[in-house]
Formats: sequence, structure tokens, C-alpha cells
Amino acid sequence: MSGNMNLTLKVWRQKNDNTRGKFVTYQANGISPDMSFLEMLDVVNEDLVRKGEDPIHFDHDCREGICGMCSLHINGRPHGPKQGTTTCQLHMRSFHDGQTVVIEPWRAAAFPVIKDLAVDRSAFDRIQQAGGYVNVNTGGVPDANVIPIPKIIADEAFESATCIGCGACVAACKNASAMLFVSAKISQYALLPQGQTERYSRAQAMVAQMDAEGFGSCTNTGACEAECPVGIKLTNIARMNREYLNAKIFKEIEVH
Amino acid sequence: MSKSKPLLFSTLGKKLIMSLTGLFLCSFLIVHLIGNLQLFYNDQGKAFNEYAYFMTHFTPIKIVSYLLYTSIVIHAIYALVLTIHNKKARPVGYAVYRGSANSSWNSRNMGILGTVLLVFIVTHMSQFWWKFHNDQVPYIEYRTDLNTNKTTATELVAGEFTDYMEYVDNGVAITKARDLYKQVAFTFKEWYWVALYVVSMAALSFHLIHGFKSAFQTLGWDHKKYAPIIRFVGIWFFGVAIPIGFAAMPVYFYLSN
Repeated sequence: MSGNMNLTLKVWRQKNDNTRGKFVTYQANGISPDMSFLEMLDVVNEDLVRKGEDPIHFDHDCREGICGMCSLHINGRPHGPKQGTTTCQLHMRSFHDGQTVVIEPWRAAAFPVIKDLAVDRSAFDRIQQAGGYVNVNTGGVPDANVIPIPKIIADEAFESATCIGCGACVAACKNASAMLFVSAKISQYALLPQGQTERYSRAQAMVAQMDAEGFGSCTNTGACEAECPVGIKLTNIARMNREYLNAKIFKEIEVH
Repeated sequence: MSKSKPLLFSTLGKKLIMSLTGLFLCSFLIVHLIGNLQLFYNDQGKAFNEYAYFMTHFTPIKIVSYLLYTSIVIHAIYALVLTIHNKKARPVGYAVYRGSANSSWNSRNMGILGTVLLVFIVTHMSQFWWKFHNDQVPYIEYRTDLNTNKTTATELVAGEFTDYMEYVDNGVAITKARDLYKQVAFTFKEWYWVALYVVSMAALSFHLIHGFKSAFQTLGWDHKKYAPIIRFVGIWFFGVAIPIGFAAMPVYFYLSN
């Protein structure tokens, strides 16, 4: 077919977290520019399976850009060269014929490699479980919209809640800091009336879990915001700092 | 679930220390620059030398100066602690990492810029602060005729008096002081000191363009109305005006020689 591309892939292959990994070079031939990046890897994997080799392991699920499962550090950037996109929504037309593409897993101590390009992001789950929830009273079902929330606040909380937990912020950050993720998860509740009960214990618990998981600290480079596929803003991090410092310095709520 | 650690042991608490010490050091730069503008007076250094005596002998200023030295040390130590922590967070690095695609160079290299500044501060203090405090600067006597208001200056031999004197004798106001001004003029006769100072001020500029707004972000002071002001002050005042003001001093002395 005309217009199809041939690419050279340098893919990180690693058996598991206890073994050393290395780059292996593969040829991806006859790739349509309309394919997604993951479909291109599917083509390469079908070839590997036919040859009886171990296919490249990578995370994926919905392939619609909403689940946050796909990862991949492509040519030095999380989710590849485009901004505001996940790897499944990255099309091969963003590359050119004959290009060499280096594919690496997310690199962070808190994200150990499971195999090849797939990393264990359950650290995010544990941070969420530490405080990313609201308590709900039992009793009768409350009426919808019974609590008035200004539109501007509702919108801001919604924007924070769009975080899909993909980990691109950690991958992009030179310190492997998870602050954009954690701050988005703290913000979505801190902004809303429903989240006030646990407001200050939440900030403390989630930050404590973030530190315990071994993520780095923030140096405000803004790389996370630039690489976030859903556009989570740095202002969330400022809000998290505010919530946390406020809880630690001015509030009596302690988290044990 | 992990226990919430005391404030200063958490990553956010350590960042708070960086932010507060950093902003304190920024405020010092303003005072230091304004004071040192007296170097540009064409008065054989009289105002500057009097100012130098005042700054080293006025108790509240002395207290603040020790707070300042402590801040420099704490800022550097916490930077080191945080950098080691951050390196540990990514034990295996990327083969390809395009940081320039998503962040500015100076924001990613605050440690290198800070190291340059630390070396500069040590050099700067050994050249002036140490020599001033250890009697290694020349002495000078200013005689101002109170009728004509004319001032003459003569170099004094060290050891004739201690520290500082100010008195009126026969219609002539006499001031004897350590001549730090001459020490400044002497140092900046050499092109390499001028070069070091100018390069260091460039590092200061890049450090503060990121550092000033970053400090406010760390404190959580982010507001639609005030963020643009902080950004503006960080870039144009701390990033441009202050470093240029400082760099102008060695250049001025070098050129006027």
C-alpha cells in the first residue's frame, strides 16, 4: 500500500523487576499512518508471535483515551510527541517513514516494571485509598442538587476529577514526583461541599502515602502539566500545598 | 496506610523550608543592592564606607545577618537532601528524555545554578566580608571642611586607630574608617573577577526567574489575580533588574580604572 511507513523501533525489554532490561531493535514495516501507536505495536507483536518469540508487553484497555491504562515513554516524552493525548490516541501520522522510535516504560522507583513496557501503578491506588473518598451518611436518599454549588467551583472540581491516573505526570517529571496526580485527587474533593468533612485529614493522609510510595518532590518545572493527556493544571499543586500546610500548621486534625 | 509525618519531614514540608529561606534571601538582595548603589557615588567611597560600618555594628542588622547566613546554609542543605531524594525516586533513567519539550532549562537545573551561586557566595564573602572583619582592608581618613564643604581623603596606616571614628576638629569633620570601597575598586581591576561576578549574576537571574514564582507555588499562593504580578516581579525585578544592578558594579569599577 502506498503511504505506508517502515519504522525502526528500539523497545525496552525486561523480563521482570528483578532482572536487568535492555533495548531490542525491531522493524515495523508497512505501518499505515492512520493506525494508532498501539495498533502499530499490535502489528509488531503479531509478527513476533508468528515467529514464536515473546511479544512486547504493554498496558492498554479502552483505546479511547479515557481509561488511563496506556503508558509508554516515546522518543523522550510520555505518550509521545503530541500534547494532550494518550498513546492510544496517538496516530502513526505523527511519525515519518524511516524514523527510529525509542519506546521505554514509565521510569520511577514507585512504578516497578512488571514486564517490558508495563509498570505497576498500584501506588496510585494506595494513595487514592488513603483519602481520596467521601464518607456518605446512611439514611434516606437525598434529593439531587440539594446542595448549592457555584458553577465556577463545580467546573473546577470537575476539571480536577478528569485525571485518569495514567502516571504521565510522574513519567515526565525529572524528579518522578506524583504531585499533579495527588493534587488533582485532593482538589476534586477539597473544592466541593461534600468533601469538607475529611478535607484536612485527606490532604495529610494522601501526601503521607505519596511520600511512603517513594515519589520525588516537586520543583515546579511544569513538565507534568505540559504532558498531562487531560490538561490537569499546576494550580492543583498549589491547592494541595495550601490544603496540606493549612492542615499541618493551623488545624488540629491529625492522621495516624 | 502510612502515618502522616511531622511537617518538616514530609516532601511538602521540606519544600516549604526551601520556599521560605529562598524568599528571605530574595528580600536580602533588595537591601544589599540598594546599599551597594552607594558605590556609584563619586565621593571617594565615604558614604559606602560609613554604610559598611553601620551594617556591621548595628545590632538588629547583625541579628538579621546571622539569620541570613543560616538561611543560605539551610537552603543549600535542604536542596541537597531533596535532590538526593528526587534521584532515588528514579533509579533507572530514560535513554531518551526530552525535557525541553515540556519545561524550561532553568527550572530543571536549579541545583546547578544554585551550586554556581554557592561558590560565588563563598568567593564573594572571602573577598569582602572576611577581609573586612579580619583587618585586611586599608584604612582611610576623610576631612570635610565645614565652611567650604569640601572633602579630602588620605590613606591611613593600619594600626593607628581601631575600626571607626567620627569627630569635629577645628571646623573640620573627620571620619576615619576601613576602606572597603578601595578593596572593591582593587578587586575589580582584574578582568577575571569581573567575569566571575557577571557570570554569577547571570546564574542568579535564571535561578530567580524560576525560583521566585516557584516559592509562591510551593506556599500555595496561587491566585488568578496575583499570579501575573508574582510572575512579573519574578522575571523583571528579580530576574532582570537586580542581577543587572549587581553586575553593573564590577563592570563600572573595571571600566573606570
